Parts: sequence; structure tokens; C-alpha cells
Amino acid sequence: MVICKSPAELEKMHRAGLIVWGALEKMRTMIKPGITTKDLDEFAEAYTVEHKARPAFKGYRGYPGSVCTSINQEVVHGIPSASRKLREGDILSMDFGVELDGYFGDAALTVPVGKISPEREKLLKVTRESLERAIENVRAGNRLGDVSAAVQQWVEKNGFSIVREFVGHGIGTRMHEEPQIPNYGTAGHGQKLQEGMVLAIEPMVNRGGPGVKILADEWTAVTTDGSDSAHFEHTVAVTANGPWILTRPRDASGPVW
Amino acid sequence: MARGPVKDKKPGESGKEDAIEVMATVIEPLPNAMFRVELENKHQVLAHISGKMRKNFIRILPGDRVAVELSPYDLTRGRIVYRYK
Repeated sequence: MVICKSPAELEKMHRAGLIVWGALEKMRTMIKPGITTKDLDEFAEAYTVEHKARPAFKGYRGYPGSVCTSINQEVVHGIPSASRKLREGDILSMDFGVELDGYFGDAALTVPVGKISPEREKLLKVTRESLERAIENVRAGNRLGDVSAAVQQWVEKNGFSIVREFVGHGIGTRMHEEPQIPNYGTAGHGQKLQEGMVLAIEPMVNRGGPGVKILADEWTAVTTDGSDSAHFEHTVAVTANGPWILTRPRDASGPVW
Repeated sequence: MARGPVKDKKPGESGKEDAIEVMATVIEPLPNAMFRVELENKHQVLAHISGKMRKNFIRILPGDRVAVELSPYDLTRGRIVYRYK
């Protein structure tokens, strides 16, 4: 059952969302060749604690880090490590979530490390745009399938593929709530969106085929064909006036990431 | 954090498929649309009528031959899913 949140609860979720946004924006500025994914993880954790919140991923189903750092062909859930150094030309996805006052925020973005190839630029651009298009469809009265189809159509039109095994999710007093939000679907199908629903929409896009597999560490997901993968995510609430991106300041403008 | 891995959802697939379907004869009716049925191996089992049959107003009387789905977790209970002519 999808839980609808009251305006007061949405405010709480927005506060959590802003911490996620603040941390990710700061981490964005830290990205350069030579730093390790553990550096980013430690920063995020310290930032969260400073803001009196709790990193949501640590200990969640046994996950060892506070952020997920996924490089190039890693799709999601890469585990931060001191032996993993970023290199010029890499693309890095950072997925971060916090819990503040009982409510969760979850967001992610993929960034270039130094100068990257035009193909990687295109992958990042298209994935980010697919998230923007998905968010456009988050309105009361629309259906979940509209959101999923928006992602799928834009991504596949640009020659990339959609990851099937991982999906977005509802979010609120738990990190993962109903409904599941696949990045593929049929417009007009699925649950009707109502005011107060909060969705964590996260397109995961592969340059090559859609297949993914999980590595021996039981967390890191990689593309089966070794091609690059990008990931963007926002926590979005359904309101009477359209979508409200909780993981971003209200007055922000421009591209979602 | 993404939710998953989830198995691809295909429309038309039912949930659990590990039920064992057997033929049986209805012995006696019990309250609440429950029936005592006897399986081919002479075992007697408590079975209830399935929702599909209720929905379509299919009556079951003692002596009817029926198909019963047994759960692998409890072989003394079943679900009557079909009545043969």
C-alpha cells in the first residue's frame, strides 16, 4: 500500500532531502583524479552527522558504507574503498541517503572525473534528461507507467538500454516503500499517483545491453557486457501543483543535477 | 539506494507455483464451504472451495470428482479448484 504523506511530513522529508543534496553537491566539488571513493564516503558521513542526521545506507541490509560509489561499468551499489582511486576519464555515480527525524531522503548523480569522452558525456546527459522527463510526469492523476515509460522512451530513443533488475521506490519512514518504480513500462498503466505520494525515481542506464550481474561482494552490480552505466536519482513528492523535488532547494532552477 | 535485484514481472504469471494438484472425491460438506475429500491414495484432506469457483457460483456436492491443490507445507489441507463433469 502506498503511503501518502501530509504536508507536515513532506516538510520533514524535504529537510532530510536538503542534507542529501548538500552532501552530494559538496562531493561533486571534491571529485578529481587521485581521490579515493573512501574519501567521499567519509566526507558524506561526517557531513550527515554534523547536520544531526543519520546516513541511511550504513548497516541497511548489511551494506558497509554510507554512500554507493559506482565507477564506469559499475551500475549501482559500489562499495567505497580506500584502494579505489578515481582516474581521469572515469564516470562516477554517487548514491546517498539520510534519515532525519524519522524520514528518509535518497538521491544520486553521475559525474565526470576530469575530462571524459563524448560518448560518456552523452550517456550522462541522456540519463539526467530521462530523470527530468520522469519528474515532469509526476503529477496527481497520472499513472506510474507514465513515469516509467518517460524514462524508457527517452533512453531507448538515444540508443542506450534500461536496467531491469533495479527499480526506484516509494520512500517515507522507511527507505524502501511501495510502490516499485521500474524505469521501463507502459504509459497509462500502473497505480494512479495521488497527492502526498513520495517517489524515489532513479533511472539506471547502460551504454550497451541491459544485463547486469552482482559481484562476489554481494552488492556491486556491473553491466554484463562491460559497458558504462549512469545513474541519477531524486526524491520527488506528488503535490497539487505538480512535482516537488524534495532532494533540492525549493528555489533551485536549471537541470535537476 | 536502488531497490533490487527484482525479478522481471511478466503479466499472466501467478505467484507461487509449488502447489501439488491431485484428483479427489468429495466425501462430506462441512460449514463455511469446507469439504472433506478423499484423494486417490485414500488419504482424507480438508479442502476449501476456491474463490474462482465461488465467484462463478459453482456448486459442489458429495460424490463430485474434483481437482484439489495441496500446499507442500501442509499436506492435510487443500483448495478445490475444479469440478469434473
